[in-house]
Amino acid sequence: MSNKSLVSITDYDRDDILSILSSAAEFEKNPNRKILDGKVVATLFFEPSTRTRLSFETAVIRLGGSIIGFSDAATSSSAKGETLHDTIQMVGSYADAIVMRHYLEGAARYASEVSPVPVVNAGDGANQHPSQTLLDLYSILKTQKKLERLNICLVGDLKYGRTVHSLIMAMSHFDPTFKFIAPEELKMPDEYKVFCRKNNIPFTESDELAGNFDDADILYMTRVQKERFRDLMEYERVKNVYTLRNDMLSESKPNLRILHPLPRVTEINPDVDANEKAYYFQQAQNGLYVRQAIMNRLINK
Amino acid sequence: MEKELKVAALRNGTVIDHIPSDKVFKVFAILNLEKCTNQITIGNNLESKRMQSKGIIKVSERFLEEAETNKIALIAPNAKINIIKDYEVTEKRPLTLPKEMREIVQCPNPSCITNHQPVATVFSVQNGDNTISLKCRYCEKELKPEDVKLK
Ligand SMILES: [Zn+2]
Repeated sequence: MSNKSLVSITDYDRDDILSILSSAAEFEKNPNRKILDGKVVATLFFEPSTRTRLSFETAVIRLGGSIIGFSDAATSSSAKGETLHDTIQMVGSYADAIVMRHYLEGAARYASEVSPVPVVNAGDGANQHPSQTLLDLYSILKTQKKLERLNICLVGDLKYGRTVHSLIMAMSHFDPTFKFIAPEELKMPDEYKVFCRKNNIPFTESDELAGNFDDADILYMTRVQKERFRDLMEYERVKNVYTLRNDMLSESKPNLRILHPLPRVTEINPDVDANEKAYYFQQAQNGLYVRQAIMNRLINK
Repeated sequence: MEKELKVAALRNGTVIDHIPSDKVFKVFAILNLEKCTNQITIGNNLESKRMQSKGIIKVSERFLEEAETNKIALIAPNAKINIIKDYEVTEKRPLTLPKEMREIVQCPNPSCITNHQPVATVFSVQNGDNTISLKCRYCEKELKPEDVKLK
């Protein structure tokens, strides 16, 4: 087992997070550096995710490393019934690090235990996706010039949205205040509210978006998916209530920035895109630098 | 009294007393006693001063290890464990939950890797204020002891 693996955001403490973020800032200044020259990184995507895979692969290639791997389970040896254990053993004997996405929860933790080389979790089912969380943090730091004592408003699917859960964990090091805005069906689960109380993190809850984020520094929007609703009428109602429009931003703070893990569906009206407070496209681009910092830490340190 | 008689009847071994009646066979299972070839006596639905109705398990000629009896804390935290040597209680063993449970509990999450691949389950025991919960090392889901399904 390699203890350098990054499976869950809770594998990193405050210092680890800050060191990744400052390293990412260096890569943003100069993303083309041959520090992974001669290294091989395997990207094993048992579940397709073009966005995440291309971001990781670009990160490695811009650092001079090479890529092996597959982009969906149908073309992998697991389709022939090979166990994850055996696939990881085989790939671990070729590559210097493994980036893995899997549809089963806990797959990355298990892979990190049986792999001879470090593993980065690029998403394990509904569980964890730590590079997303780190790029969220990087985006927050870059736009607010600090991480401490920020007012963060989380909106949309707070029940199943793994990005918001990980964000709470990661921000807990930096004295945040949260507002959870979600429809009744998709409310923040109790375990995260218990976590906030235990860590003295103040939070409020609401099911109303409009006019409810005027004191926020960060408005973190998430996708409200149709599949989550038993009642489709309820989905149609919620979909419209949780759509951010440009006119709703008129009273917001000047430093407010809007984040979204992308891809979006209807949560953010396209008329927001031109507003300087819209930051979701730059946020996605920040993923490249953060992933360069992660790969550098895993392979070179 | 019936209880004293039963305890006295055991020469060497382990007595697990004050098990809630509906947990007797869970305790039996968690200790893997199906595979034990020693003499075992099970009593259930016995009268008890301290609880409505209780069960008792006596395993002859076997002194259960602490790691084994600690598993009982998960399903019957108020059970009493006595180690008997030569008809005497030589040890009253307090129940403390282990920090980690390997291959004992099944993960209730159908999407968890442990339910699809040959991966041993590992749960860490989390102590909250007045509550305990178990957390799956792999899918990171938490569950309450009363919802535990044994492997
Ligand atoms: Zn699990």
